[in-house]
Amino acid sequence: MEAKTADFKYVYDRPKSLVDVPTHYCPGCGHGIVHKILAEVIDELGIRDDTIIVAPVGCSVLLYNYIDVDGSEAAHGRAPAVATGIKRVHKDKVVISYQGDGDLLAIGTAEAVHAANRGEHFTTIFINNAIYGMTGGQMAPTTMENQITKTTPYGRDPADVGFPIRACELLNTLEAPVFIERCAVYDVKHVLKTKRAIKKGLQNQIEGKGYSFIEVLSMCPTNWGINPVKSAEWVHDVMEPYYKLGNFRDI
Amino acid sequence: MSDRILMKGNEAVGEAAIIAGCRHYFAYPITPQNEIPAYMAKRLPEVGGTFLQAESELAAINMVFGASAAGARVMTSSSSPGISLKQEGISYIAGAELPCVIVDMMRGGPGLGNIAGSQADYFQATRGGGNGDYRIIVLAPASVQELADITIEAFDLADEYRIPVMILGEGYLGQMSEPFSLPEPSGKTFEKPWALTGAKGRKPNIIASMRLTPENLLEEHNLKLKKTYDKITEKEVRYESYLLDDADYIIVAYGTSARISRSAIIELRKEGIKAGLFRPISLWPYPYKELKKAASHAKKVLTVEMSLGQMVEDVRLAVMDDEKVDFYGRTGGMLPESGEIIRRVRHYGS
Repeated sequence: MEAKTADFKYVYDRPKSLVDVPTHYCPGCGHGIVHKILAEVIDELGIRDDTIIVAPVGCSVLLYNYIDVDGSEAAHGRAPAVATGIKRVHKDKVVISYQGDGDLLAIGTAEAVHAANRGEHFTTIFINNAIYGMTGGQMAPTTMENQITKTTPYGRDPADVGFPIRACELLNTLEAPVFIERCAVYDVKHVLKTKRAIKKGLQNQIEGKGYSFIEVLSMCPTNWGINPVKSAEWVHDVMEPYYKLGNFRDI
Repeated sequence: MSDRILMKGNEAVGEAAIIAGCRHYFAYPITPQNEIPAYMAKRLPEVGGTFLQAESELAAINMVFGASAAGARVMTSSSSPGISLKQEGISYIAGAELPCVIVDMMRGGPGLGNIAGSQADYFQATRGGGNGDYRIIVLAPASVQELADITIEAFDLADEYRIPVMILGEGYLGQMSEPFSLPEPSGKTFEKPWALTGAKGRKPNIIASMRLTPENLLEEHNLKLKKTYDKITEKEVRYESYLLDDADYIIVAYGTSARISRSAIIELRKEGIKAGLFRPISLWPYPYKELKKAASHAKKVLTVEMSLGQMVEDVRLAVMDDEKVDFYGRTGGMLPESGEIIRRVRHYGS
């Protein structure tokens, strides 16, 4: 049968703001999903020329190689301070700090809390995968009770190292943030919800509303030592009951 | 030249920064430099600038990183223990080749120490407490006038070489009120095509110090930094000499120690003892060659510091004659005494 190429058209294309290079992420990792929906949102809002992204220390340290916008690295935990400096200079730009759980809730807790408390006009995307990825699977502040990691080989014991920290609930005690939502990316329905939350977070910034925080429960099959399918299930079965999904604030 | 006014050193540095076009300042309170944030908090809003009291020294220096990456002229200030906390950020700023100005009004240490002026952080300033192969320019003024003038220069040097510039004073310099003339703006402008401004009509700019791949070797990057450092070493050495031409005895001192040494030299000259002062102004790049030349005909070189002996190591490297180099220092926030300097120099000749 004769092929009529003119009859074919793209209905599902790569987002323009997502650079066409192989990523360094492991199979089943959630970072790639979040990068892609972030790029889609940047395209949809038409802000590629106005976006500045701050990458953290952690697996997503090379984020600026994948999103086609101006980008900066930040020392471990300091992304909110770097983003503050950038946004205070460029009040008209859309500034994003993209951070992991060790970055935001351990070494950078002060920066994260105070940037939110000042109501800095940038948007934080917080990837919570309950483990340190880049350094090879150590306990994160969000590691689950009894979860085995390289530095909790007998399981996380709250009597010894405390309970997992809930970022959204913590930040929800502050007056200034305008948007706080916890999402997940373990299935299509939740990916779409996450995309809507990220879009809202960036829109808030464009409208000059204030600080927005989107937490994304994400998968780390490599360091959890289970396959991608089981990892998606683990987020649903183990993380989600402790880290309740939903919107905490939308002003 | 404008009329002479009276200000504390800490206020003068603030006003000079504003004259230099600095509109962003981030810092955390610490004595004895608190007049700087107080001055900036009042003045920056008047000129449309941004003052922000950060939650920590770490946050402040990383806000500086962000504002500098965004292309702004930006400053922070602190004192010794606070500078310890900033070292992480200074290393990242140096690695990412970002310009900024850091004021350090040194106090007594180690640890919490005390709040008196000190020069015990010469190593911290010139050798860096941050990780990696990097340098920063360190300038040490000795009067409120020079502090104000150097502030203008510091912003230009930072932009020209894309490097952090530290203004290193002792708490005394910050606290001291002296009449001085406000400096004029230099009028120099610097293009910053590397800055983060949104990638409109161009490829994205990336500000980073991380280099992991063979196509982007860290060694190559560091060698590029080295070229900048070599150029600075060649072109930006600053020092002052006082009565050096016929001097048998050279006193090497910077900042407040140099002021005390100068009074001692005036007394010694009255006695017919040929003493002179070599005052390094750029502590990095250090004036090794110039000091070596000055010391070649001297009988003795006395280094005076408000520390247990830190700059004296650079003096030894310059003079290369351990017999010739002597040291006198006071530590823990104490001032060297002019009388003791005079006694020592008299003794050399006896």
